Amino acid sequence: MAKKDSDKRYTKDHEWVVLDGDIATVGITDHAQDQLGDLVHIELPELERAVSEAEACAVVESVKAASDVYAPLAGKVVEINETITEDPSIVNSDPEGEGWFFRLELDDPDTFETLLDQDAYDEFLETL
Amino acid sequence: MVPFAGYAMPVQYDLTGDLAARCRGGVLAEHLHTRTQAGLFDVSHMGQAFLSGPGVAAALEKLVPGDIVGLKPGRQRYTLLTNEAGGIIDDLMVACVGEDRLFLVVNASRKDVDFVHLAAGLPDSIVLTRLEDRALLALQGPAAVAVMGRLSPEAAALPFMGVASVSLGGAECLVSRSGYTGEDGFEISVPADQAEALADLLTGFPEVVPVGLGARDSLRLEAGLCLYGNDIDELTSPIEAGLTWVIGKRRKMDWDFPGGLVMRDQLDNGAPRRRVGIRPDGRAPARGQTTIMAEDGTEAGIVTSGGFGPSVNGPVAMGYVRRDLSADGTKLILIVRGKSVPATVVPLPFTPHRYIR
Repeated sequence: MAKKDSDKRYTKDHEWVVLDGDIATVGITDHAQDQLGDLVHIELPELERAVSEAEACAVVESVKAASDVYAPLAGKVVEINETITEDPSIVNSDPEGEGWFFRLELDDPDTFETLLDQDAYDEFLETL
Repeated sequence: MVPFAGYAMPVQYDLTGDLAARCRGGVLAEHLHTRTQAGLFDVSHMGQAFLSGPGVAAALEKLVPGDIVGLKPGRQRYTLLTNEAGGIIDDLMVACVGEDRLFLVVNASRKDVDFVHLAAGLPDSIVLTRLEDRALLALQGPAAVAVMGRLSPEAAALPFMGVASVSLGGAECLVSRSGYTGEDGFEISVPADQAEALADLLTGFPEVVPVGLGARDSLRLEAGLCLYGNDIDELTSPIEAGLTWVIGKRRKMDWDFPGGLVMRDQLDNGAPRRRVGIRPDGRAPARGQTTIMAEDGTEAGIVTSGGFGPSVNGPVAMGYVRRDLSADGTKLILIVRGKSVPATVVPLPFTPHRYIR
């Protein structure tokens, strides 16, 4: 179980989001990497790409299947973590740390508050 | 757990205790452990049967292209049930386990089809006995022979595709030197009520970990082995599938098996398409049903099995392409999630077979 983190928010698509100013760092949750299994290939969005909320913008391929990763909120891609495309296993070993995917400059930083908090995400996981 | 041919099967095992110390766990680690040490697979979903009666080998030859009459006691052969159109009803193992007695192992998904087909195509004097009370375990990998040797020196001494009845830890088993990974190993037919104890005994040896469906698929794909329903089916012929070698030499005199003349024509004049190995460029796996294009933009075929090859450390695939595009080294284009991925036709297997000879 990931430790409680009051500044971290989540989506029902199993992305986590941390906000710093208007820059949101996005990755997939520990639950997501556990369900996917060993990751073998990751495709990240292009820099400067404008994404809308819930738009598919990255792909994770595990030994089992390919899955989309969605933009949790609307914004522009300002940074991508190319370390994980070189070594996707980082996402398995440290999904909510070194295994982050990309950073978004949010169109509206207030939208961060619309995401699930830790308790709400934990409750959501219980329903799966 | 995932559904597979009506069974709930583990994609990978949750390894704990001693097993976790041997293997990190996950499909990749289970796959690599099988290639370097030994993996134990529960393949009890496969269909097992005895076929017995006077002239059973000659009778079965009416339904398969293989040389069954020439199969000596204690020997096993891979063969196919074919239809009149030259398609493949199933692929199966046939072992000669005594005078006028054969042992069959067929695919889980095809059990019912096969057994009805066999009953309809064999004379009444041949008795088909389904073995619902037997489990099937596969011990695969370079350390499999050493592990087997501790339980049965006789089984460990079997040649490739040899079969023997032996006692393993007190259970009367039918063991063959065969498998579905490209590695040396054994398949063990064991009474179902003794299977768990035998599995515990085998995984008690330090070389062995249990291996799930995920690694079973990546191991057989790297070994270039067909999965029924993906790579072969009733609409693919053995010639197209690159399984011409299953047609016995003697059987090529008369072609007197279902679809024989279709196959002879395809051999003489070339089949319109061929199963080939495919290496996509880059790291993205091209999975089953991926469209294959030629470099000139024309349609070339379709991927039938594809994924990430842990031993190859890259994506690997098999599929059918037009005959003119089937030569090794031919450049292809795969359409992966709307993007063109360059790929090359390569010889199979992707990892060399390491069967004992």
